[in-house]
Amino acid sequence: MFSTFDFSVIVASLPFIWSGLQFTFKLTFVAMTGGIIIGTFLALARLSSIGPLAAAASWYVNIMRSIPLVMVILWFYLVIPLITGKPMGAETSALVTFTAFEAAFFCEIMRAGIQGIPKGQVAAGQAMGFTYSQVMRFVVLPQAFRNMLPVLLTQTIVLFQDTSLVYAIGAKDMLKAAEVAGKNYNRPVEMIIFVAIVYFSLSFALSYVVKRLQKRIAIKR
Amino acid sequence: MNYHWNWGIYLEQIKGGDETYLDWLITGFGWTVAVSLSAWVIALTLGIAVGVLRTAPSKVVVAISTAWVELFRNIPLLVQMFLWFFVVPELLPREWGLWVKQDMPAKEFMTATICLGFFTSSRVAEQVRAGIQSITHGQRMAGLAMGFTLPQTYRYILLPTALRMVIPPLTSEFMNVFKNSSVAFAIGVMELTFQARQMQEDSEQGIETFLAVTVLYFVCAFTANRVMAVIEKRAQIPGNIAGQH
Repeated sequence: MFSTFDFSVIVASLPFIWSGLQFTFKLTFVAMTGGIIIGTFLALARLSSIGPLAAAASWYVNIMRSIPLVMVILWFYLVIPLITGKPMGAETSALVTFTAFEAAFFCEIMRAGIQGIPKGQVAAGQAMGFTYSQVMRFVVLPQAFRNMLPVLLTQTIVLFQDTSLVYAIGAKDMLKAAEVAGKNYNRPVEMIIFVAIVYFSLSFALSYVVKRLQKRIAIKR
Repeated sequence: MNYHWNWGIYLEQIKGGDETYLDWLITGFGWTVAVSLSAWVIALTLGIAVGVLRTAPSKVVVAISTAWVELFRNIPLLVQMFLWFFVVPELLPREWGLWVKQDMPAKEFMTATICLGFFTSSRVAEQVRAGIQSITHGQRMAGLAMGFTLPQTYRYILLPTALRMVIPPLTSEFMNVFKNSSVAFAIGVMELTFQARQMQEDSEQGIETFLAVTVLYFVCAFTANRVMAVIEKRAQIPGNIAGQH
Protein backbone atom coordinates (compact mmCIF):
# COMPACT_ATOMS: atom_id res chain seq x y z
CA MET A 1 0.00 0.00 0.00
CA PHE A 2 2.81 2.39 0.90
CA SER A 3 5.09 0.88 -1.74
CA THR A 4 4.14 3.49 -4.31
CA PHE A 5 4.86 6.34 -1.90
CA ASP A 6 8.06 8.28 -2.14
CA PHE A 7 8.96 9.70 1.23
CA SER A 8 12.34 11.05 0.12
CA VAL A 9 10.62 14.19 -1.19
CA ILE A 10 9.83 15.11 2.41
CA VAL A 11 13.52 15.28 3.29
CA ALA A 12 14.18 17.35 0.19
CA SER A 13 11.51 19.90 1.08
CA LEU A 14 12.22 20.07 4.81
CA PRO A 15 13.87 23.53 4.73
CA PHE A 16 10.90 24.92 2.82
CA ILE A 17 8.36 23.38 5.21
CA TRP A 18 10.41 24.63 8.17
CA SER A 19 10.07 28.20 6.92
CA GLY A 20 6.31 27.66 6.79
CA LEU A 21 6.30 26.14 10.28
CA GLN A 22 8.15 29.21 11.55
CA PHE A 23 5.30 31.39 10.36
CA THR A 24 2.80 29.01 11.99
CA PHE A 25 4.72 29.38 15.27
CA LYS A 26 4.95 33.15 14.90
CA LEU A 27 1.23 33.41 14.22
CA THR A 28 0.40 31.18 17.19
CA PHE A 29 2.71 33.13 19.50
CA VAL A 30 1.56 36.61 18.43
CA ALA A 31 -2.14 35.66 18.55
CA MET A 32 -1.66 34.01 21.96
CA THR A 33 0.14 36.90 23.66
CA GLY A 34 -1.86 39.60 21.90
CA GLY A 35 -5.09 37.68 22.40
CA ILE A 36 -4.50 37.14 26.11
CA ILE A 37 -3.63 40.83 26.69
CA ILE A 38 -6.58 42.20 24.68
CA GLY A 39 -8.80 39.40 25.99
CA THR A 40 -8.01 40.37 29.59
CA PHE A 41 -9.00 43.96 28.90
CA LEU A 42 -12.17 42.73 27.16
CA ALA A 43 -12.95 40.61 30.22
CA LEU A 44 -12.50 43.61 32.50
CA ALA A 45 -14.76 45.61 30.17
CA ARG A 46 -17.42 42.88 30.20
CA LEU A 47 -17.38 42.85 34.00
CA SER A 48 -17.26 46.63 34.26
CA SER A 49 -20.09 48.56 35.92
CA ILE A 50 -20.06 51.05 33.03
CA GLY A 51 -23.06 49.81 31.03
CA PRO A 52 -22.14 50.80 27.45
CA LEU A 53 -18.58 49.50 27.86
CA ALA A 54 -19.80 46.12 29.10
CA ALA A 55 -22.37 45.94 26.31
CA ALA A 56 -19.84 46.81 23.60
CA ALA A 57 -17.38 44.22 24.87
CA SER A 58 -19.97 41.46 25.07
CA TRP A 59 -21.23 42.30 21.58
CA TYR A 60 -17.73 42.02 20.20
CA VAL A 61 -17.11 38.72 21.94
CA ASN A 62 -20.44 37.17 20.98
CA ILE A 63 -20.16 38.19 17.34
CA MET A 64 -16.62 36.83 17.02
CA ARG A 65 -17.66 33.60 18.66
CA SER A 66 -20.60 32.98 16.36
CA ILE A 67 -18.87 33.54 12.99
CA PRO A 68 -16.75 30.78 11.41
CA LEU A 69 -13.05 31.65 11.66
CA VAL A 70 -12.63 31.30 7.90
CA MET A 71 -15.19 34.05 7.40
CA VAL A 72 -13.44 36.28 9.95
CA ILE A 73 -10.17 35.75 8.08
CA LEU A 74 -11.83 36.71 4.78
CA TRP A 75 -13.55 39.73 6.37
CA PHE A 76 -10.33 41.17 7.81
CA TYR A 77 -8.41 40.53 4.60
CA LEU A 78 -11.07 42.49 2.72
CA VAL A 79 -11.86 45.30 5.16
CA ILE A 80 -8.46 46.29 6.62
CA PRO A 81 -7.07 47.55 3.28
CA LEU A 82 -10.33 49.47 2.70
CA ILE A 83 -9.90 51.27 6.02
CA THR A 84 -6.15 51.87 5.88
CA GLY A 85 -6.24 52.62 2.16
CA LYS A 86 -3.24 50.46 1.25
CA PRO A 87 -2.98 46.75 0.39
CA MET A 88 -1.91 44.42 3.14
CA GLY A 89 -0.02 41.14 2.81
CA ALA A 90 -1.76 37.90 3.70
CA GLU A 91 0.73 37.26 6.54
CA THR A 92 0.19 40.63 8.26
CA SER A 93 -3.54 40.31 7.80
CA ALA A 94 -3.44 36.84 9.41
CA LEU A 95 -1.54 38.20 12.43
CA VAL A 96 -4.11 40.96 12.99
CA THR A 97 -7.09 38.66 12.40
CA PHE A 98 -5.97 35.89 14.73
CA THR A 99 -5.11 38.34 17.52
CA ALA A 100 -8.52 39.99 17.26
CA PHE A 101 -10.36 36.67 16.95
CA GLU A 102 -8.56 34.85 19.75
CA ALA A 103 -9.03 37.85 22.06
CA ALA A 104 -12.75 36.99 22.15
CA PHE A 105 -12.03 33.43 23.27
CA PHE A 106 -9.32 34.38 25.76
CA CYS A 107 -11.73 37.02 27.11
CA GLU A 108 -14.24 34.36 28.09
CA ILE A 109 -11.53 32.30 29.80
CA MET A 110 -10.20 35.29 31.74
CA ARG A 111 -13.74 36.33 32.66
CA ALA A 112 -14.37 32.89 34.15
CA GLY A 113 -11.02 33.18 35.96
CA ILE A 114 -11.82 36.61 37.39
CA GLN A 115 -15.30 35.52 38.44
CA GLY A 116 -13.80 32.52 40.21
CA ILE A 117 -11.87 34.73 42.65
CA PRO A 118 -13.68 35.08 46.03
CA LYS A 119 -15.24 38.50 46.64
CA GLY A 120 -13.35 38.77 49.92
CA GLN A 121 -10.10 39.18 47.97
CA VAL A 122 -11.40 42.32 46.27
CA ALA A 123 -12.78 43.65 49.56
CA ALA A 124 -9.45 42.98 51.27
CA GLY A 125 -7.63 44.84 48.53
CA GLN A 126 -9.96 47.81 48.80
CA ALA A 127 -9.64 47.81 52.60
CA MET A 128 -5.88 48.07 52.13
CA GLY A 129 -6.50 51.28 50.20
CA PHE A 130 -5.86 49.85 46.73
CA THR A 131 -7.53 51.53 43.77
CA TYR A 132 -9.53 49.46 41.25
CA SER A 133 -6.57 49.04 38.94
CA GLN A 134 -4.29 48.11 41.82
CA VAL A 135 -6.76 45.49 43.07
CA MET A 136 -6.88 44.01 39.57
CA ARG A 137 -3.15 44.17 38.97
CA PHE A 138 -1.88 42.89 42.28
CA VAL A 139 -4.71 40.74 43.66
CA VAL A 140 -7.26 39.48 41.16
CA LEU A 141 -5.51 39.07 37.78
CA PRO A 142 -2.43 37.17 38.97
CA GLN A 143 -4.64 34.57 40.64
CA ALA A 144 -7.14 34.43 37.78
CA PHE A 145 -4.31 33.98 35.29
CA ARG A 146 -2.73 31.22 37.32
CA ASN A 147 -5.97 29.32 37.85
CA MET A 148 -6.82 29.56 34.17
CA LEU A 149 -3.36 28.67 32.86
CA PRO A 150 -4.33 25.14 31.75
CA VAL A 151 -7.43 26.44 29.95
CA LEU A 152 -5.44 29.23 28.31
CA LEU A 153 -2.94 26.66 27.06
CA THR A 154 -5.69 24.34 25.81
CA GLN A 155 -7.10 27.27 23.84
CA THR A 156 -3.60 27.87 22.48
CA ILE A 157 -3.52 24.28 21.15
CA VAL A 158 -6.82 24.97 19.38
CA LEU A 159 -5.33 28.22 18.08
CA PHE A 160 -2.22 26.42 16.84
CA GLN A 161 -4.39 24.05 14.81
CA ASP A 162 -6.65 26.84 13.58
CA THR A 163 -3.71 28.76 12.11
CA SER A 164 -3.88 26.28 9.21
CA LEU A 165 -7.01 28.16 8.07
CA VAL A 166 -4.87 31.04 6.74
CA TYR A 167 -4.93 28.76 3.71
CA ALA A 168 -8.09 30.69 2.77
CA ILE A 169 -6.07 33.85 1.99
CA GLY A 170 -2.94 32.04 0.84
CA ALA A 171 -0.61 33.04 3.69
CA LYS A 172 2.48 30.82 3.74
CA ASP A 173 2.19 28.71 6.87
CA MET A 174 3.29 25.10 7.23
CA LEU A 175 0.25 23.69 5.42
CA LYS A 176 0.66 26.07 2.50
CA ALA A 177 4.38 25.33 2.30
CA ALA A 178 3.66 21.60 2.24
CA GLU A 179 1.04 22.10 -0.45
CA VAL A 180 3.46 24.07 -2.62
CA ALA A 181 6.20 21.49 -2.07
CA GLY A 182 3.73 18.72 -2.89
CA LYS A 183 2.89 20.44 -6.16
CA ASN A 184 6.54 21.03 -7.05
CA TYR A 185 7.45 17.38 -6.60
CA ASN A 186 4.04 16.16 -7.76
CA ARG A 187 3.79 14.31 -4.43
CA PRO A 188 0.86 15.93 -2.53
CA VAL A 189 -0.09 12.75 -0.65
CA GLU A 190 3.24 12.33 1.14
CA MET A 191 3.27 16.02 2.07
CA ILE A 192 -0.22 15.95 3.58
CA ILE A 193 0.64 12.86 5.64
CA PHE A 194 3.80 14.58 6.83
CA VAL A 195 2.15 17.82 7.98
CA ALA A 196 -0.63 15.80 9.64
CA ILE A 197 2.04 13.96 11.66
CA VAL A 198 3.79 17.22 12.59
CA TYR A 199 0.54 18.89 13.72
CA PHE A 200 -0.47 15.78 15.63
CA SER A 201 2.86 15.39 17.44
CA LEU A 202 3.04 19.03 18.49
CA SER A 203 -0.60 19.23 19.63
CA PHE A 204 -0.40 15.90 21.43
CA ALA A 205 2.82 16.83 23.22
CA LEU A 206 1.44 20.20 24.29
CA SER A 207 -1.81 18.67 25.57
CA TYR A 208 0.27 16.21 27.61
CA VAL A 209 2.09 19.17 29.17
CA VAL A 210 -1.26 20.79 29.96
CA LYS A 211 -2.47 17.62 31.69
CA ARG A 212 0.66 17.53 33.87
CA LEU A 213 0.28 21.22 34.68
CA GLN A 214 -3.37 20.73 35.61
CA LYS A 215 -2.39 18.10 38.16
CA ARG A 216 0.31 20.30 39.68
CA ILE A 217 -1.98 23.29 40.03
CA ALA A 218 -4.75 21.09 41.45
CA ILE A 219 -2.46 19.79 44.23
CA LYS A 220 -1.15 23.20 45.24
CA ARG A 221 -4.58 24.71 45.70
CA MET B 1 -12.89 54.67 2.70
CA ASN B 2 -13.21 54.37 -1.03
CA TYR B 3 -15.83 51.71 -1.61
CA HIS B 4 -18.55 51.50 -4.19
CA TRP B 5 -21.69 50.30 -2.41
CA ASN B 6 -24.28 48.29 -4.28
CA TRP B 7 -27.00 46.75 -2.15
CA GLY B 8 -28.90 45.53 -5.19
CA ILE B 9 -26.08 43.16 -6.07
CA TYR B 10 -27.92 40.10 -4.72
CA LEU B 11 -30.54 40.29 -7.44
CA GLU B 12 -28.09 40.95 -10.26
CA GLN B 13 -27.06 38.23 -12.66
CA ILE B 14 -23.67 36.58 -12.35
CA LYS B 15 -21.13 37.30 -15.07
CA GLY B 16 -21.65 34.96 -17.99
CA GLY B 17 -24.70 33.11 -16.68
CA ASP B 18 -28.37 33.54 -16.07
CA GLU B 19 -28.31 32.78 -12.32
CA THR B 20 -28.45 35.63 -9.81
CA TYR B 21 -26.03 35.98 -6.89
CA LEU B 22 -28.96 35.17 -4.64
CA ASP B 23 -29.16 31.75 -6.31
CA TRP B 24 -25.51 31.18 -5.41
CA LEU B 25 -26.15 32.14 -1.81
CA ILE B 26 -29.19 29.84 -1.57
CA THR B 27 -27.20 26.95 -3.05
CA GLY B 28 -24.42 27.65 -0.56
CA PHE B 29 -26.83 27.75 2.35
CA GLY B 30 -28.31 24.42 1.23
CA TRP B 31 -24.92 22.70 1.10
CA THR B 32 -23.87 24.17 4.44
CA VAL B 33 -27.03 22.83 6.09
CA ALA B 34 -26.71 19.47 4.30
CA VAL B 35 -23.06 18.96 5.28
CA SER B 36 -23.63 20.13 8.87
CA LEU B 37 -26.73 18.04 9.58
CA SER B 38 -25.36 14.86 7.99
CA ALA B 39 -22.06 15.32 9.81
CA TRP B 40 -23.94 15.87 13.07
CA VAL B 41 -25.76 12.54 12.64
CA ILE B 42 -22.43 10.76 12.14
CA ALA B 43 -20.87 12.67 15.04
CA LEU B 44 -23.67 11.79 17.46
CA THR B 45 -23.75 8.10 16.52
CA LEU B 46 -19.98 7.59 16.60
CA GLY B 47 -19.45 10.01 19.47
CA ILE B 48 -21.90 8.27 21.79
CA ALA B 49 -20.43 4.87 20.88
CA VAL B 50 -16.83 6.00 21.46
CA GLY B 51 -17.80 7.88 24.62
CA VAL B 52 -19.39 4.71 26.04
CA LEU B 53 -16.35 2.63 25.08
CA ARG B 54 -14.08 5.07 26.92
CA THR B 55 -15.85 4.12 30.17
CA ALA B 56 -15.75 0.36 29.44
CA PRO B 57 -14.07 -2.01 31.92
CA SER B 58 -11.66 -3.42 29.32
CA LYS B 59 -8.30 -1.64 29.14
CA VAL B 60 -7.83 -2.51 25.47
CA VAL B 61 -11.20 -0.98 24.54
CA VAL B 62 -10.43 2.16 26.54
CA ALA B 63 -7.03 2.47 24.85
CA ILE B 64 -8.50 2.14 21.35
CA SER B 65 -11.29 4.63 21.99
CA THR B 66 -8.84 7.07 23.61
CA ALA B 67 -6.62 6.78 20.54
CA TRP B 68 -9.67 7.61 18.38
CA VAL B 69 -10.35 10.79 20.34
CA GLU B 70 -6.70 11.91 20.37
CA LEU B 71 -6.29 11.23 16.66
CA PHE B 72 -9.22 13.37 15.59
CA ARG B 73 -8.61 16.08 18.17
CA ASN B 74 -4.96 16.77 17.47
CA ILE B 75 -4.98 17.29 13.70
CA PRO B 76 -6.40 20.55 12.27
CA LEU B 77 -9.77 20.08 10.57
CA LEU B 78 -8.47 21.50 7.30
CA VAL B 79 -5.61 18.97 7.25
CA GLN B 80 -8.14 16.22 8.00
CA MET B 81 -10.18 17.37 5.01
CA PHE B 82 -7.11 17.00 2.79
CA LEU B 83 -6.33 13.62 4.36
CA TRP B 84 -9.79 12.26 3.54
CA PHE B 85 -9.85 13.84 0.11
CA PHE B 86 -6.35 13.13 -1.20
CA VAL B 87 -4.80 10.46 1.03
CA VAL B 88 -7.55 8.01 2.00
CA PRO B 89 -8.38 7.01 -1.62
CA GLU B 90 -4.69 6.11 -2.06
CA LEU B 91 -4.77 3.85 1.00
CA LEU B 92 -7.84 1.92 -0.15
CA PRO B 93 -7.55 -1.18 -2.36
CA ARG B 94 -6.90 -0.09 -5.94
CA GLU B 95 -10.40 -0.59 -7.39
CA TRP B 96 -12.08 1.10 -4.42
CA GLY B 97 -9.69 4.02 -4.61
CA LEU B 98 -10.42 4.47 -8.29
CA TRP B 99 -14.15 4.31 -7.65
CA VAL B 100 -13.90 6.94 -4.90
CA LYS B 101 -11.82 9.21 -7.12
CA GLN B 102 -13.87 8.83 -10.30
CA ASP B 103 -17.37 7.48 -9.76
CA MET B 104 -18.47 8.26 -6.20
CA PRO B 105 -21.57 10.46 -6.39
CA ALA B 106 -21.26 13.92 -4.76
CA LYS B 107 -17.63 13.13 -3.93
CA GLU B 108 -16.80 16.46 -2.25
CA PHE B 109 -19.98 16.44 -0.17
CA MET B 110 -19.47 12.82 0.98
CA THR B 111 -15.83 13.43 1.90
CA ALA B 112 -16.54 16.65 3.79
CA THR B 113 -19.45 15.09 5.67
CA ILE B 114 -17.49 12.03 6.77
CA CYS B 115 -14.51 14.19 7.74
CA LEU B 116 -16.54 16.69 9.75
CA GLY B 117 -18.58 13.87 11.31
CA PHE B 118 -15.50 11.95 12.49
CA PHE B 119 -13.82 15.17 13.68
CA THR B 120 -16.87 16.18 15.71
CA SER B 121 -17.38 12.63 17.01
CA SER B 122 -14.20 12.96 19.09
CA ARG B 123 -15.62 16.06 20.78
CA VAL B 124 -19.03 14.45 21.36
CA ALA B 125 -17.28 11.38 22.77
CA GLU B 126 -15.46 13.50 25.35
CA GLN B 127 -18.73 15.10 26.49
CA VAL B 128 -20.53 11.76 26.66
CA ARG B 129 -17.67 10.22 28.64
CA ALA B 130 -17.74 13.13 31.09
CA GLY B 131 -21.53 12.70 31.40
CA ILE B 132 -21.27 8.99 32.15
CA GLN B 133 -18.44 9.51 34.63
CA SER B 134 -20.38 12.16 36.49
CA ILE B 135 -23.05 9.60 37.42
CA THR B 136 -22.37 8.07 40.83
CA HIS B 137 -20.72 4.68 40.70
CA GLY B 138 -23.57 3.26 42.79
CA GLN B 139 -25.98 3.46 39.86
CA ARG B 140 -23.81 1.19 37.74
CA MET B 141 -23.40 -1.15 40.70
CA ALA B 142 -27.14 -1.12 41.35
CA GLY B 143 -27.86 -1.99 37.73
CA LEU B 144 -25.44 -4.90 37.73
CA ALA B 145 -26.75 -6.09 41.12
CA MET B 146 -30.28 -6.14 39.68
CA GLY B 147 -29.02 -8.71 37.21
CA PHE B 148 -28.74 -6.33 34.23
CA THR B 149 -25.95 -7.13 31.82
CA LEU B 150 -23.41 -4.35 31.28
CA PRO B 151 -25.02 -3.25 27.97
CA GLN B 152 -28.42 -3.22 29.68
CA THR B 153 -27.02 -1.11 32.52
CA TYR B 154 -25.82 1.42 29.95
CA ARG B 155 -29.04 1.30 27.94
CA TYR B 156 -31.53 1.62 30.79
CA ILE B 157 -29.64 3.34 33.62
CA LEU B 158 -26.49 5.25 32.66
CA LEU B 159 -27.17 6.65 29.18
CA PRO B 160 -30.69 8.03 29.78
CA THR B 161 -29.26 10.30 32.50
CA ALA B 162 -25.83 10.96 30.98
CA LEU B 163 -27.13 12.00 27.57
CA ARG B 164 -29.59 14.45 29.10
CA MET B 165 -26.93 15.96 31.31
CA VAL B 166 -24.59 16.68 28.42
CA ILE B 167 -27.15 18.53 26.29
CA PRO B 168 -25.72 22.00 27.11
CA PRO B 169 -22.14 21.19 25.95
CA LEU B 170 -23.60 19.32 22.97
CA THR B 171 -25.47 22.50 22.06
CA SER B 172 -22.15 24.31 21.56
CA GLU B 173 -20.85 21.37 19.55
CA PHE B 174 -23.94 21.46 17.34
CA MET B 175 -23.34 25.15 16.71
CA ASN B 176 -19.66 24.43 16.07
CA VAL B 177 -20.57 21.92 13.35
CA PHE B 178 -22.14 24.71 11.30
CA LYS B 179 -19.13 26.95 11.83
CA ASN B 180 -16.66 24.16 11.07
CA SER B 181 -18.51 23.16 7.91
CA SER B 182 -17.02 26.33 6.39
CA VAL B 183 -13.69 24.50 6.08
CA ALA B 184 -15.27 22.26 3.42
CA PHE B 185 -14.72 25.02 0.85
CA ALA B 186 -11.09 23.86 0.65
CA ILE B 187 -12.02 20.59 -1.05
CA GLY B 188 -14.59 22.24 -3.32
CA VAL B 189 -17.93 21.75 -1.56
CA MET B 190 -20.11 24.56 -2.85
CA GLU B 191 -21.19 25.69 0.60
CA LEU B 192 -21.49 29.24 1.97
CA THR B 193 -17.79 30.07 2.30
CA PHE B 194 -17.10 28.71 -1.18
CA GLN B 195 -19.92 30.86 -2.56
CA ALA B 196 -18.67 33.86 -0.58
CA ARG B 197 -15.24 33.65 -2.21
CA GLN B 198 -16.76 33.00 -5.63
CA MET B 199 -19.27 35.83 -5.37
CA GLN B 200 -16.67 38.28 -4.06
CA GLU B 201 -14.42 37.56 -7.03
CA ASP B 202 -17.23 37.66 -9.56
CA SER B 203 -19.15 40.69 -8.28
CA GLU B 204 -16.29 42.63 -6.63
CA GLN B 205 -18.79 43.60 -3.91
CA GLY B 206 -16.92 42.01 -1.01
CA ILE B 207 -18.70 43.69 1.90
CA GLU B 208 -22.22 42.98 0.63
CA THR B 209 -21.21 39.38 -0.10
CA PHE B 210 -19.60 38.64 3.24
CA LEU B 211 -22.40 40.40 5.11
CA ALA B 212 -25.04 38.16 3.53
CA VAL B 213 -23.00 35.02 4.16
CA THR B 214 -22.27 36.02 7.76
CA VAL B 215 -25.98 36.61 8.39
CA LEU B 216 -26.76 33.15 6.96
CA TYR B 217 -24.19 31.58 9.33
CA PHE B 218 -25.85 33.48 12.20
CA VAL B 219 -29.20 32.01 11.16
CA CYS B 220 -27.70 28.49 11.28
CA ALA B 221 -26.08 28.97 14.68
CA PHE B 222 -29.15 30.64 16.17
CA THR B 223 -31.54 27.96 14.89
CA ALA B 224 -29.25 25.21 16.16
CA ASN B 225 -29.17 26.92 19.54
CA ARG B 226 -32.97 27.25 19.75
CA VAL B 227 -33.61 23.65 18.65
CA MET B 228 -31.23 22.37 21.32
CA ALA B 229 -32.85 24.65 23.92
CA VAL B 230 -36.23 23.07 23.21
CA ILE B 231 -34.75 19.58 23.47
CA GLU B 232 -32.99 20.56 26.68
CA LYS B 233 -36.24 21.73 28.21
CA ARG B 234 -38.17 18.62 27.15
CA ALA B 235 -35.43 16.32 28.42
CA GLN B 236 -34.85 17.95 31.81
CA ILE B 237 -34.00 15.53 34.57
CA PRO B 238 -36.59 16.05 37.34
CA GLY B 239 -35.08 16.88 40.71
CA ASN B 240 -31.81 18.41 39.48
CA ILE B 241 -30.96 22.06 40.12
CA ALA B 242 -31.67 22.90 36.47
CA GLY B 243 -35.05 21.19 36.63
CA GLN B 244 -36.41 23.10 39.59
CA HIS B 245 -37.42 26.30 37.93
